[in-house]
Formats: sequence, C-alpha cells, structure tokens
Amino acid sequence: MLAFTLRRLFQSLVVLLVVGLVAFSMFRFVGDPVDNMMGQERTDADVERLWEKLGLNDPFIVQYYNFLGRAVQGNFGVSYKQARPVADIIAEQAPATLELAAVSALLAITFGIGFGVFTAIRKDGWASHLIMSVSLIGVSLPTFLIGILLIYLFAVELGWLPSFGRGDVVNVGGWKTNFLTLSGWKALILPSITLGLYQMTLIMRLVRSEMLEVLRQDYIRFARARGLKEKSVNFRHALKNTLVPVITVTGLQLGSIIAFAIITETVFQWPGVGLLFINSIQFVDIPVMAAYLMLISVMFVAINFAVDLLYFAVDPRLRTDRSGAAR
Amino acid sequence: MRDTITRAWRSDFMWTFRRSPVAVVSFFVVALLVLSAVFAPLIAPHDPFNPATLNLMNGFSQPMEPNAFTQEVFWLGTDDQGRDVFSTILYGMRISLFVGFAAVLFALILGVTLGLIAGYKGGWLESVIMRVADVQLTFPAILVAMLIFGIAKGFTPVHLRDQMAIWVLILAIGLSDWVQFARVVRGATLVEKNKEYVQAAKLIGRSPFAIMLRHILPNVLSPVLVIATISLALAIIAEATLSFLGVGAPPTTPSLGTLIRIGQGFLFSGEWWILLFPAITLLALALAVNLLGDWLRDALNPRLR
Repeated sequence: MLAFTLRRLFQSLVVLLVVGLVAFSMFRFVGDPVDNMMGQERTDADVERLWEKLGLNDPFIVQYYNFLGRAVQGNFGVSYKQARPVADIIAEQAPATLELAAVSALLAITFGIGFGVFTAIRKDGWASHLIMSVSLIGVSLPTFLIGILLIYLFAVELGWLPSFGRGDVVNVGGWKTNFLTLSGWKALILPSITLGLYQMTLIMRLVRSEMLEVLRQDYIRFARARGLKEKSVNFRHALKNTLVPVITVTGLQLGSIIAFAIITETVFQWPGVGLLFINSIQFVDIPVMAAYLMLISVMFVAINFAVDLLYFAVDPRLRTDRSGAAR
Repeated sequence: MRDTITRAWRSDFMWTFRRSPVAVVSFFVVALLVLSAVFAPLIAPHDPFNPATLNLMNGFSQPMEPNAFTQEVFWLGTDDQGRDVFSTILYGMRISLFVGFAAVLFALILGVTLGLIAGYKGGWLESVIMRVADVQLTFPAILVAMLIFGIAKGFTPVHLRDQMAIWVLILAIGLSDWVQFARVVRGATLVEKNKEYVQAAKLIGRSPFAIMLRHILPNVLSPVLVIATISLALAIIAEATLSFLGVGAPPTTPSLGTLIRIGQGFLFSGEWWILLFPAITLLALALAVNLLGDWLRDALNPRLR
C-alpha cells in the first residue's frame, strides 16, 4: 500500500511539473512579455533593462525554476487585461465557482444514486422507463443548450427564477456566499441543475447497471430467503456493493464539474473562475490562462490521487490483493 | 458493376443495417444534412454573407409569415439584420461539418500514426506516447481544446485571427481527441504484430514502415472507424460549444454554435426562432451521428455488445 501510494504521488508530481512547464512556456513564448508590459514610448535600453530585471536572460531551466517557485507561493503575475494580480482576481471569483460546483455535485450524487436505485429495483415500471428516456436526452443535449432551455422556460416564460448572476451575496470574511440569502438560493437553482444534469445521468446509469448486476447474485437471493426486509436487502446488501465503481466515477466527475462550470458560468453569466478563464482566452490574457491551468491541474491530480486512496478505504479486498492495487 | 452492388446489398453488414430502423433513419438524417450543407449555395434562398442581398427592412420576420414592410416570406424567419435564418443555418452547418470532419481526420491520422508506432516499436517511444495520452485523458477534452485554442490564438497575429479561427479550431479539437485512436490502435497492433503474416512480412524483408502501413493498418481499421463516427458527434458538439462560448468560429463565418450564441441575445425580446432552429439542427445532427456510431459499433464488433 505504501509503495503504491508513493508511486502514485511521484506520478502526480511529474504531471504537475509538466503542466507547469506548459504554463511557463505560455508565459515566456506566447507573445513578448516585455512587449506586453511596456507602452509604445520606450528605448532599447529600457527594454534591455526590463529583460535583465525580469530575469529573461537567465538560462531556461533557471527561469522555469523561478516560475515554479513563484507559482507555489501563489504569485501568478499580473493580468494583462485587468492590471491586477491574478491571485487576487482568482481568490475573489473562486467562491462563486466552488459554491456552484458543490451544489451541483450534491444534486448529481443525491438524484443520481436515488434514481439509479429506483430504476434498478422497479426495472419495468413506467416511471423507470420515463426516467431512462429522459436521461438519454440529457446525455445527448449539449450543456449550453440545456442552460438556454431552462432560462427560456423558467426565466423568460414563467419568470420564476433569475436568468443570470448570483443574486444578493453576503460577504463572510472575504468569502462571498450565496447560501445566506433567498435570492442567492434562487439564483443557484438553474445553473446548478444545468451543471449537475450530465453528471447525474452518468451516475444514475452506472448505479442502475451495477445494481442490476448485484441483484442477480446468490447472496441477494439468500438474504431474501432469510426473510430480511426488502429495504435492508436493497440498501444494506446491494447498494453497498455497487459503491466502488460509483465512487471512482463520481470522484473523477467532481473535477469535470469544475471544468464544465466554464460553460454553465458563461450561459448564466455566473461570476466565477470559469467565466474568468473564457474571457482570458478571448483577450489572450496569458497570466490568467496559465494560473487557471495550474490550479485546475492541481485539483485534477489531487482528485485522482484521492480516488485511488479511497479504493482502499471502501474495498477491504484491495488491501491484500496486489492485482487490485494496479487498477 | 451491378454484380458488386447486389453482393454489397446482400452482405451481412447491409443486412444488419436494413434490420435496424434507428440506423436507417439516422443515416438518412445525416445524409440529408450533409448534402444540404454541401449544396448550400444551390439550396439557400439567400446568400446571408453577401451584404448586397440583405434588406434591413426584412429584419425580425416571423417564420412563415409575410414581413410587415416588404411582404417577403421567410420559412424560418430572419435575424436582426434581415438574414434568412434557413440560409444561415445551411451555411453554418457547412462550417460545423467541415470543422467536425477535419478535426476528426486530423485526430485520426495523428492518433493512428502514434498508436501504430507505440504498438509496433515499443520501448521508450511507447512509454512516452502512452504517458502523454494518460495525462491528457485526465483532463476533459473540451478543456484541452479551449487551452490549445487560447495558446494558438496567442501565436496568430491579431489581424489574421478571424481568418485563422476555423483552422485553430480544427487544430484544437483534433489535438484534444487523438488519445482514443492511439490507445485502440496500439492495443490492436500489440495483438497483430505477433501474428504469422507479420512474421512472414518481416522475413521477406519488408521495411517496418511498410509492415505498419500495408499489413497491420488494414487489420486494425474497423475499431478506428467506430471511434471516428462517435468522435465526429463529439467534435461537432465541441465545436458548437466553443463557438457558443465565443472562443470558436467568428461572427463573420458563423457555425451553428455561433448562430446559437447570436440567437441567445434575442431570446428575451421574444424572437425565439433565431435561436430555436439552429439549436434543433445541431441537436438532430449530433444525435443522428451518435446513434449511427452506436449502431456501427454493434455491427462491426459483436463482442462489444
């Protein structure tokens, strides 16, 4: 287990170093950094001095090392567009994305597992067929169309919910939260459904097929024969044994939720880091792009690592089984 | 000639095709959409990108109703500048399909080449290629495509950005999508390279290049075809998403995604048709290609069912 953990940790570090290299190359080679910082009126001597001051004459590897050192301390440079430190901008917008992602993930997990178990137990009921058909549409609809559809229905036609923005936010020690006002909660509904729907269908289909598989097993039949309550058989015996693949997929999907938030945030003009990233691409704001890339990779790598470790917590068989550890 | 057609019609492949209504319908939907995109200049009632044919008085015409000022009738209505929505959809679909096909072709060539090399040569080359693939697979394809688009945009001179956008888009989506091809081809190559016909080809002294291209490649093509079809649906949706987000096809050469982005602006003022018809077209296209891909996977590889 220790060897496995260490190997995974080493791999994660290599991935982060490579991503850092990509981010650094963006800084260094996309456009001329000095050109981006100085105005039209400049002398060659000024340019030369800035090159020297920024350390651009140092060997590549030294520059890369310095870049990583600054990034680890949370210093990602200054946004070309907003002329403020990137770290400040991200710290300001991150709460919006994190709250949206948390609510979406909660929705996806709750309804995904709930519907999955329901459709597996009542395999042939009309409600199950309805849920399955709707989920098929959910998978093939692009996220942004779902968002527009919801806006049209609930914001334009019915006028029940706001179509953009976060509503009123409360500032709790620098963290602006949606959770403390009614309009904040109302503003959360449509974006979180849009963001969570795809993940929900994925989890639901996975839980359903795993449940169907497990319910066929002998020990389920035996549990029924022992006269255990239906609820106890379904949840204590069946659902518990479907959890390993569900945790894997759900864990990996958490990262995707933050990445896909880019689309949802654009549709709903949600002031989070995803919207920031899209704007930075439009304006070729390299420091913001590089910082976003670094942050999201740290997150993805951390999630992958955590999911690997979770296997051991969930499935005791893996703790001794070496072939299982290679998964 | 006639003989070949009859033989093809009676083949197993065509038999399963005829037996699947979903596949037949999807095929005809895709064929109809592709043909109408290819022949857009002949079919479209207007050339939406020739300002000389536009009349601002035609702006915001309702679908199927005569315009209040000019009495002209537009099947699917017009947008704010009086552009016929039906025509913009036909031209937009051209861009969407072109980007989709080109991106998949690019991903296919790159992925198949790297997969063949990794599988046949092995060694450090294989480790490098597959490691890169693993890392890329950790990130969602759409995020990778956005990043590549952003970086490539940074490299293009400002005055060329709109013209180059389509090619940058193809590059970005293609690069975000090669991993699937490489993994499948490598896996199949590992199996094929130990078979006797490859040994025989080696013995008679064919070059590794020729063995990969002429002997192994034809035998690993059927899974590649399946992935290509499913990738096409994904590429079309990826293109639409990027264009919708404003980091794809520019308004001067709008794709379906750009049209939906434009249409979204008129949703609140009641001009629903500017958004709805491009959205339905995109949906039909993506869904039909997807269903066709699903069917193809079952038909070519019964073991996967």
